[in-house]
Amino acid sequence: MKLHEYQAKALLAEFGVPVPEGSVASNAAEAIEATKKLGGTSVVKAQVHAGGRGKAGGVKVVSSPEEAGAFAESLIGTTLVTFQTGPAGAPVHQVLCEQTMDIEREIYLSITTDGGRKRPVIIASSEGGMEIEEVAQNEPEKVFTEPIDPAIGFQPYQGRKIAGALNLPPEQVRPFVALVDACYRAYMDTDSSMIEINPLVLTKDGKMLALDAKMSIDDDAMFRHKPLASLRDTSQEDPLEVQASEADIAYVKLDGNVGCMVNGAGLAMATMDTVKFAGAEPANFLDVGGGAGEEKISHAILLMLSDPNVTKVLVNIFGGILRCDIAARGLVDAYGKADRRPPLIVRLLGTNVDEGKKILADSDLELTLVGTLEEAAAAITK
Amino acid sequence: MSILVDQNTRLLVQGITGREGSFHAERCKAYGTNLVAGVTPGKGGTTVLDGTPVFDTVEEAIAETGANVSLIFVPPPFAADAILESADAGLPLVICITEGVPVKDSTMVMRYLEGKSTRLIGPNCPGLITPGAKAKVGIMPGNIHLPGTTGVVSRSGTLTYEAVGQLTARGIGQSTCVGIGGDPVSGTMFVDVLKAFNEDPETESIVLIGEIGGTKEQEAAAYIKEFVKKPVASLIVGQTAPVGRRMGHAGAVITGTAALASEKMKALEDAGCHVIPTPADIGRVVQEMLG
Repeated sequence: MKLHEYQAKALLAEFGVPVPEGSVASNAAEAIEATKKLGGTSVVKAQVHAGGRGKAGGVKVVSSPEEAGAFAESLIGTTLVTFQTGPAGAPVHQVLCEQTMDIEREIYLSITTDGGRKRPVIIASSEGGMEIEEVAQNEPEKVFTEPIDPAIGFQPYQGRKIAGALNLPPEQVRPFVALVDACYRAYMDTDSSMIEINPLVLTKDGKMLALDAKMSIDDDAMFRHKPLASLRDTSQEDPLEVQASEADIAYVKLDGNVGCMVNGAGLAMATMDTVKFAGAEPANFLDVGGGAGEEKISHAILLMLSDPNVTKVLVNIFGGILRCDIAARGLVDAYGKADRRPPLIVRLLGTNVDEGKKILADSDLELTLVGTLEEAAAAITK
Repeated sequence: MSILVDQNTRLLVQGITGREGSFHAERCKAYGTNLVAGVTPGKGGTTVLDGTPVFDTVEEAIAETGANVSLIFVPPPFAADAILESADAGLPLVICITEGVPVKDSTMVMRYLEGKSTRLIGPNCPGLITPGAKAKVGIMPGNIHLPGTTGVVSRSGTLTYEAVGQLTARGIGQSTCVGIGGDPVSGTMFVDVLKAFNEDPETESIVLIGEIGGTKEQEAAAYIKEFVKKPVASLIVGQTAPVGRRMGHAGAVITGTAALASEKMKALEDAGCHVIPTPADIGRVVQEMLG
């Protein structure tokens, strides 16, 4: 679950990370009020789940409350297209108005979990405010990575080590160590999968602040973070993907016309590859998951069919924990309820396959039953 | 004749009284696996599946039945606890099928396992099977397998079945098939399984199935290049997956462009693997590789 900048900052502040003064506004009047409180000037920032807002025109330094109001007015209710949103962009419902400051230095700081090391890692770079991927690619020596032993947590000496790598002035080392410690505690306590502060700034008057913040929480851990659930902003996601996620179905909408319903992410990707290599385009990635019941299968198919671009459907089920008879029943149920029935290609293999095929044969469903991926590819392009 | 599980496997199922646990325990037993015990806290003293005893704790189950492998089906909030219980009881091999375990829990589990003799496979994996020993410790459909000398290792569940299905259709049997799981933090990596296959005298060739994301395949490629003398065929899926919308860059900084299918394929090809171009070609390429 991704958080907005203002939500991430509020959470991080609870853990003791210094953040700029400011408040979130949902309309021009609130932006005016917020800017007045900050002394008449502010930085107004569009709140969307994507980076690259500055270049896309979503951030502005304003010199009066009226200017803040006008800029908020021009943003709220529109969609912002950045290099991370895709061409459809992300809707802006709020702006964050924050104090302006004189910046001395910008630093990059993030925490994530490295699957290779099987540990959380702190990543820092003196090249703050930049595209960190480019820095990592072109000047890898400027990116510093420090793995944390989860058994004992972040230790101050590690903070001093990173501070040294960043060449921080001596008086900033202690505040920096405290800030990283606060970030690490926030990361672990909220089951985050990523916290990114880019930039972390040193101001001319000697303060250290998280000028921007991105944060995402592990969806699998939400069961123990009920209060955080209210921070989810589904308007930032594709509506079909939201519906899918509420039903615990992994769905990503794509641009093609072949709807794919598959069990397992690997086989789903393999199925998409097969569709594409056959010369067609998949309409979606859909992994119905392991322990799916009949209702979930039916729901997944109806969801897939609600994408008007879908003109063919390929169901590829290799039963393991999911049984083919359950998949077949869900399929028959969905096509019974659907208001349109695009041509259906079905491949069923694995656990309870004979029962599954019998259910399909006994139904009045018109379909092309295929045995191999090659046959599936041929049936799609026929 | 195989790796990790064989005719000496004495299987314990944690969560055996649940819907998935009981269904798959029964399937493992029907395939020929020596299912000796189940564990469900609070249900000790009962039996399931025509006489398999259920215990309250893993420790008791081991003491009473000599169980040496655990297969876990408990729900995500309790999965880490179940793994830790098995490790603490000294089981050498623990397979966690559970999907949706929080990454923090897996991280803590892996930290606990450092320096211990327990090998964890998963979480979020299909388990493993040695067809020649009739040992199935997982959720894969048993009947698609054929005893033989090709080792299969994959990050995915159903895609492993796909690979096995294509091999069996061409009469290419398998020594052991291992699904290591697709979670960001998992117990057993490609390299661990490759090492075991490389040292197993009865595994003569290897099929490796990878995916986009992470760097597990590159680590595998580096290992293959240096140590593996047996022929390896490899497939990477997700070649046509679009680069998703992302929010931050921290993950990308760790993996860089290494997460891309093209980079993984290149690394494996450089390591001398026979590259399988599309998912439909698994059987064909392996057959050609074996000559």
